[in-house]
Amino acid sequence: MLEKESNPTISKSTGLPRKRFYRARAHSNPLSDSHFPVPVSPFHVDFSLHYPQFFPSTGEVSHLKKIQFADIGCGFGGLLISLSTLFPETLMIGMELRDKVTEYVKERILALRVSNLGQYQNISVVRTNSMKYIPNYFEKGQLMKMFFLFPDPHFKEKNHRRRVISPHLLDEYAYVLGVGGIIYTITDVEELGDWMKSCLESHPMFEALAEEELEADPVVKLLSCATEEGQKVARNGGQTFQAVFRRIVPTS
Amino acid sequence: MEDNQIEEGEKHRDVEVAPALISVHPSQNSVAVAVGSDLRVHDLLGDGVVSLLDNSGAPSHKDSIRAIRYGANGKLFVSAGDDKVVKIWSAESWQCICTVSSEKRVSAVAISNDGQHVCFADKFGVVWVVDLHGIDGSQASVNKKAAPLLAHYCSIITSLEFSPDGQYVVSADRDFKIRVTIFPKKPLDGAHEIQSFCLGHTEFVSCLVFVITLDYPQGFLVSGSGDSTVRLWDITSGSLLDTCEVDAKAGHLESNGSDEGYSTVTGLCVVPDSTLIAAAIQRQVVSIKGENFIPTSLANSSSTGLLWMVTGVSNLPGFDFPSVSRVKVISGFNKSSPDCLEHEPLVLEDSDIPGGMKLLEKLQGSVKVEEKVFSAAAEAVKTAMCNLLIKKQYSSDKREYRKRTRNDKKIKQ
Ligand SMILES: C[S@@+](CC[C@H](N)C(=O)[O-])C[C@H]1O[C@@H](n2cnc3c(N)ncnc32)[C@H](O)[C@@H]1O
Repeated sequence: MLEKESNPTISKSTGLPRKRFYRARAHSNPLSDSHFPVPVSPFHVDFSLHYPQFFPSTGEVSHLKKIQFADIGCGFGGLLISLSTLFPETLMIGMELRDKVTEYVKERILALRVSNLGQYQNISVVRTNSMKYIPNYFEKGQLMKMFFLFPDPHFKEKNHRRRVISPHLLDEYAYVLGVGGIIYTITDVEELGDWMKSCLESHPMFEALAEEELEADPVVKLLSCATEEGQKVARNGGQTFQAVFRRIVPTS
Repeated sequence: MEDNQIEEGEKHRDVEVAPALISVHPSQNSVAVAVGSDLRVHDLLGDGVVSLLDNSGAPSHKDSIRAIRYGANGKLFVSAGDDKVVKIWSAESWQCICTVSSEKRVSAVAISNDGQHVCFADKFGVVWVVDLHGIDGSQASVNKKAAPLLAHYCSIITSLEFSPDGQYVVSADRDFKIRVTIFPKKPLDGAHEIQSFCLGHTEFVSCLVFVITLDYPQGFLVSGSGDSTVRLWDITSGSLLDTCEVDAKAGHLESNGSDEGYSTVTGLCVVPDSTLIAAAIQRQVVSIKGENFIPTSLANSSSTGLLWMVTGVSNLPGFDFPSVSRVKVISGFNKSSPDCLEHEPLVLEDSDIPGGMKLLEKLQGSVKVEEKVFSAAAEAVKTAMCNLLIKKQYSSDKREYRKRTRNDKKIKQ
């Protein structure tokens, strides 16, 4: 819980957690096994702990309302916070591998809930390796949006299988996304941008959104500016490369 | 950057023993045992003699075999393992009809029901598919390339099965996961459509098998795990239908009295025309006529009521025997209702085993296996199973060291 007086990691002026106390390694290796709890199945996650206002009775695992948006590798959580007020009735979760960063996002959301009563109740975060445990959190076809903003590039060819977008991982994303659900990707690394786009283009269960659809979608505008990484790239005047695809029913 | 756990696991494997495997032809035409790199087949139709025809001249496998199986129609046989070679044999002529090289060690194999595709899983969690169209075994062995079919992200795949109707391929891994994937019309383009995940195990999944009943010809999936349960699943939805705690079930069997917690389920076998399932448990030392018998592998044919078991390991440390194995057969699993067997299951005398002493000599390497070798084997099997199945746990010192020596310590911002 937040103890504003005694906790030096919380800024006195804003009541928000200070980022510098939550610094962490820039890159975690998603392949090495870390020691965090993994739910046995989506039915074993108690979402009332994440969204108490949406699940007033704690304890019983209610599945009346399901998470629909997932921000994979959410970092410091900027996107979730922007989406929270844009879609106040939609439950969303960030998935983050780094422990300290996850803690930071948790504190940040709790602080926002305190200073904006009734708001930010629909966002939460879990520490997990999304490359291994997505099916442990989401049922088939449950998600309507998945975000992959500025993922780690893993330049070396031999490390490409660590990339969070890959032909095989797209099978799992296609499984948790409902038909019509949208996958959003953006990066400032051109090579990674090409890679993500070509993985999605070659996958039989995804199709690119048309230009008009991209323009009409308010979420697309957030991709480059809502997250900490996006803001950093923008400050440095960097170019970005996005790929936005829809989950479709495969032909045949 | 040497930070990959699986690679490291491969490099520093301390014990190189491999458990013996057994597989029985669907009509019990032949029985195959693999111990270490040695593949032994005994023919039960003819005079028993089978020589494997592999025109490479060299031994068929150069390192431990980790997976063997017959195809459902009895025409094909596949062997694969640590030498990164998959050999596809005619189960009639025992000619090697196709050799496939894998980039990584192979941990599991499956043959599609029509015998047109062979799938194998490597230690990085990738399942590959080989198309056998146009290979009829009339020409000498051909080399084929495999195409990636699907992947479990960096988790060792422990078992691969096709559903009885051929519609799905099911893969189980060390991260407690069972994935059910639609087997596509064009498998060489990959299997992208996941039907379900069967989630409920709380330890590695070690084995899979399908039970088919008259009312449910598409079959139920049964899985065994390190969490000492056997679970029953509906694969279309991924729902868990039933859980059997094997410790409780095995309680009435003679046990070695140890209380070391979990009994890893290492093998499963469905008794034909019934709803009876045999499970091999790591801890359970079945004492059969004074011999310590922990089956390392189970098999049966769809046509007989016999349950075949083998125990053994390769490269037993401290013994001259290159590889030890012991074959046992249990009868009395013929048609029966779930709870009452027609006869009590009966362990056959060696001489009563189909194929008799000749078969044992072939499959075990010798008729008599010295008792002390045997108990040593039992221990080594345990170790091998542990090493094979249980996740590498670094000591906290080592983990700290690994953290310190990482080269990606850049600070964010
Ligand atoms: C470059 S940051 C981008 C963060 C955020 N999306 C943004 O735009 O600011 C990539 C993030 O993905 C996280 N990450 C990498 N691999 C992951 C995995 N397998 N599961 C969950 N998070 C992962 C990293 O810890 C890191 O915080």
